[in-house]
Amino acid sequence: MIATTVSSGVMVLVVAVFLVSCVEMVEALTIVLAVGHTRGWRSSFEGVGAALAALVVLVALFGPALVRVPLATLHLFIGVILLIFGMQWLRKAILRSSGLKEKNDEDVRYRSTVALLADSTPATGRDSVAFVVAFKGVFLEGLEVVIAVITLGTSAHRLGLASVVAAIAVILVGAVGALVSKQLSKVPENAMKMGVGILLTSYGTFWTGEGLKVRWPGGDVWLLMFVGIYVVVTLVFIVSLRRSDAAVLEVTP
Amino acid sequence: MSETKSPLVWRAIKGFAMFWWDFLVGDTPELFIAALVVVGLVALCRIVWQLNTLALVALPVLCVLALGVSLDRARRVLRKK
Repeated sequence: MIATTVSSGVMVLVVAVFLVSCVEMVEALTIVLAVGHTRGWRSSFEGVGAALAALVVLVALFGPALVRVPLATLHLFIGVILLIFGMQWLRKAILRSSGLKEKNDEDVRYRSTVALLADSTPATGRDSVAFVVAFKGVFLEGLEVVIAVITLGTSAHRLGLASVVAAIAVILVGAVGALVSKQLSKVPENAMKMGVGILLTSYGTFWTGEGLKVRWPGGDVWLLMFVGIYVVVTLVFIVSLRRSDAAVLEVTP
Repeated sequence: MSETKSPLVWRAIKGFAMFWWDFLVGDTPELFIAALVVVGLVALCRIVWQLNTLALVALPVLCVLALGVSLDRARRVLRKK
């Protein structure tokens, strides 16, 4: 029983961290590729390096500090953050899947970044524009990975595992991205975002309950039950939004 | 020296606050408020009234309701556009 409950919790943690890291790194990589192709690679890589260093410092500062917070407070704090974050992702993915919102297109992101950079004059020496754009892209997207790693990792007492999984995802996306270069639009980002939304909301629900001293009969198994519940709810929302949208189109001449 | 440093510190604090505001509230303030309401109601069930089963059921149900309300709000806003 213990082995089952531990493995179900760890499984959800690994999948959630891996998917969050992949989605965010695809977005960051798109920006870096756009900067590199338009303004040159040296300053882009410097921006990436500086952003990664800043993220490492943040993990080193806040990771150990969070472990010292009392467990119930930590669970509640992290649970609420994951709940909000997860529901935001789930909401976006449902709206995109139901056709109410356009799907996130990495090609559009790539082209708009290239257009933005092409307007400014290229620098002769160190390119500060390329540095700043690459830094901001990697830092902001990476910050979301850091938050996911720290919140999920510390609440499950598996910060090391969460960090390793995130690092694997980042390296994997980086390697694949370097090979396929401009074909990042082929990544099923919305489906991944939906998966992340479901997992984060499940974790958020579970840890918020833990923080409020709710007793779960069966322990961590409830995490998997929440995943199942939110999968069903997501599908119901998508179908009902599609139907209501179709009904509006039929009524409107 | 301090004159040049203080705006940078202020900008960093402002940037940090803005990040968290965008991250937690952003364009979905209803989800932020809903999460606080969920915490309040579940705390009431579990800690004040000592009703574990009610708290256990209410937590996911309220989260689904919050998501539904937010999706309905988004649907109406997007249709107006």
